[in-house]
Amino acid sequence: MLKDEDRIFQNLYNDSGADIESAKLRNDWNGTKEILEKGREWIINEVKSSELRGRGGAGFPTGLKWSFAPKEVGSRPHYLVINADESEPGTCKDRDILRFEPHKLIEGCLIASYAVNAHKCYIYIRGEYFNEGQKLQTAIDEAYKDNLIGKNALNSGWDLDIYIHYGAGAYICGEETALLESLEGKKGQPRLKPPFPALIGLYGCPTIINNVETVAAVPTILKRGAKWFSSLGRPKNTGTKIYCISGNVNNPCNVEEEMGIPLKELIETHAGGVIGGWDNLKAVIPGGSSMPMLPKEICDNMKMDFDACVENKTGLGTAGIVVINNDQDIIKCMARIARFYKHESCGQCTPCREGSGWMWRMLERMAAGEATPDEVDMLFDVTKQIEGHTICAFGEGSSWPVQGLIRHFKDEILERNKFDPVVKKQKDIPYLVDQHLLEKENA
Amino acid sequence: MSVKKIHKEQPETFKFSVKSMEAANKIVSNYPNGKQQSAVMALLYIAQRQNDNWIPLQAMKYIAKFLDMPYIKVYEVATFYSMYNLSPVGKYFFQICTTTPCMLRGAYNLVKVCKNKISEKENVLSNDGKISWMEVECLGACVNAPMMQVNDDYYEDLNDKKLEEIIETIYQNKIPKPGSYSGRINAEPVNNRKTLLGNKNA
Repeated sequence: MLKDEDRIFQNLYNDSGADIESAKLRNDWNGTKEILEKGREWIINEVKSSELRGRGGAGFPTGLKWSFAPKEVGSRPHYLVINADESEPGTCKDRDILRFEPHKLIEGCLIASYAVNAHKCYIYIRGEYFNEGQKLQTAIDEAYKDNLIGKNALNSGWDLDIYIHYGAGAYICGEETALLESLEGKKGQPRLKPPFPALIGLYGCPTIINNVETVAAVPTILKRGAKWFSSLGRPKNTGTKIYCISGNVNNPCNVEEEMGIPLKELIETHAGGVIGGWDNLKAVIPGGSSMPMLPKEICDNMKMDFDACVENKTGLGTAGIVVINNDQDIIKCMARIARFYKHESCGQCTPCREGSGWMWRMLERMAAGEATPDEVDMLFDVTKQIEGHTICAFGEGSSWPVQGLIRHFKDEILERNKFDPVVKKQKDIPYLVDQHLLEKENA
Repeated sequence: MSVKKIHKEQPETFKFSVKSMEAANKIVSNYPNGKQQSAVMALLYIAQRQNDNWIPLQAMKYIAKFLDMPYIKVYEVATFYSMYNLSPVGKYFFQICTTTPCMLRGAYNLVKVCKNKISEKENVLSNDGKISWMEVECLGACVNAPMMQVNDDYYEDLNDKKLEEIIETIYQNKIPKPGSYSGRINAEPVNNRKTLLGNKNA
């Protein structure tokens, strides 16, 4: 288990309050000016050598992303956008950062915006997190009052304004280009890439988009050194991560742990074990609903980091762990996730708009045992038609969980679905077209 | 994309109140000059708050003029995002999360309670006209499942009994306390906390 002093988010459970005085006791805003004085190059290199990877799902190296921003500000201003549109089922880590550790986020915004030459930072919070947004706004006001941000922030000569932008209940706005569309006051439909937002983003200007947890971790990394951060976990999968453990466990919780902690240890130690014991485990969704599920055999020895998840044909995603035990109907669970994706598809690309509905309807029939055995392969084919044929990663996000179900629980689906559309017994129904096949005399 | 029904009876006019106008101007000033269209989401939300939690068509036209953008663009935004109500909802608007993590912990029991105690169908007002309910997708508090949102507040770690109590409290004109209903603090593991104990005891 990770030592308490190595945890970045000391106030994850709000033991000591989120206001600026308490935050300063937790070492926030301490030495921030000195960090800025070390310069852009140093900050970006330090983040690069810490091997911090984005915590929003894709796991892109943060230092590398920052270095994509143009070195000199040209005719167009740069923007920093923080993605707090946390809507992935199973994930609720950013919410706790917004309400309990807002100063870590604001400090991170200052450092990140300095590193990428941005004077304006927008924090895009999902609309449902209204109270959390208000708490963050209070913290931003405190920071303005103490001249930690604003004009000549911390007397460093750097100006930074931070604004909150509320979403309005669209999952797709967590996709970075859809988020930019939404920030510009349009429907949240993703843009084609390239051009990448680092060159042409918000209002056509260079824009760096980071997840809340990523940015909030940066100040601590720079203060304690990249070496400390990269000593946790293993190469390319360094540092700590907030895991959200939900579903059929005895004590669902958020907990910050080292990268690469075994899944079993995480569930048994922190979440009080699976309801009914470890043997009652059916499957685990390791990284939010868009990552394929894993059956118990794999979960026994699985480590929770980016590369270990990929080896098992899934992904760490946002580290929202959903535990499903044997008391649940696994097909029904997946049908509900498919309904989520059908509801949240933005409607821009046909494969995703239509396909997400097909997957949902087929899975509902499979859960009820009304499908034919052939349809299982047909469903797999549908997921393959969606995957890779859409503008954004939502296509993968909606088809991967269904593929995961078919990959690991195909037998269970087949066992339940034995419906055969061909009429085998002669029935005296005149309009039944198949019937003539059975009339052997005239055949 | 969500299906949205435009209410049949629309008011003749809509205007921002003084308070809304102040809030709207402040929001517009957050964005660069000429990019005032960015404020459309926030302005729709302000209009919704002013107008008993729903947005009439006149409000969209008003906002289009306010931000100097085509009406259809405002209409697009209002129909795309699921948090804008285009028909009246109850003064207390119950949104029950039923996505898989909540479903695993019994969210459909909460739906049953709503059907019994509020109204048989979604988006239909209760007998006294105070409450309406609907099923929604993930609200982002999965660790505290099952949960629901009433207006701005989250009610977490519920079960059917506790939800019944909440509904009764509202029928008696009192506002129930938001937050977790299992006695725990935020997202910590109940009775099983192993981390940051130094902070807890400090």
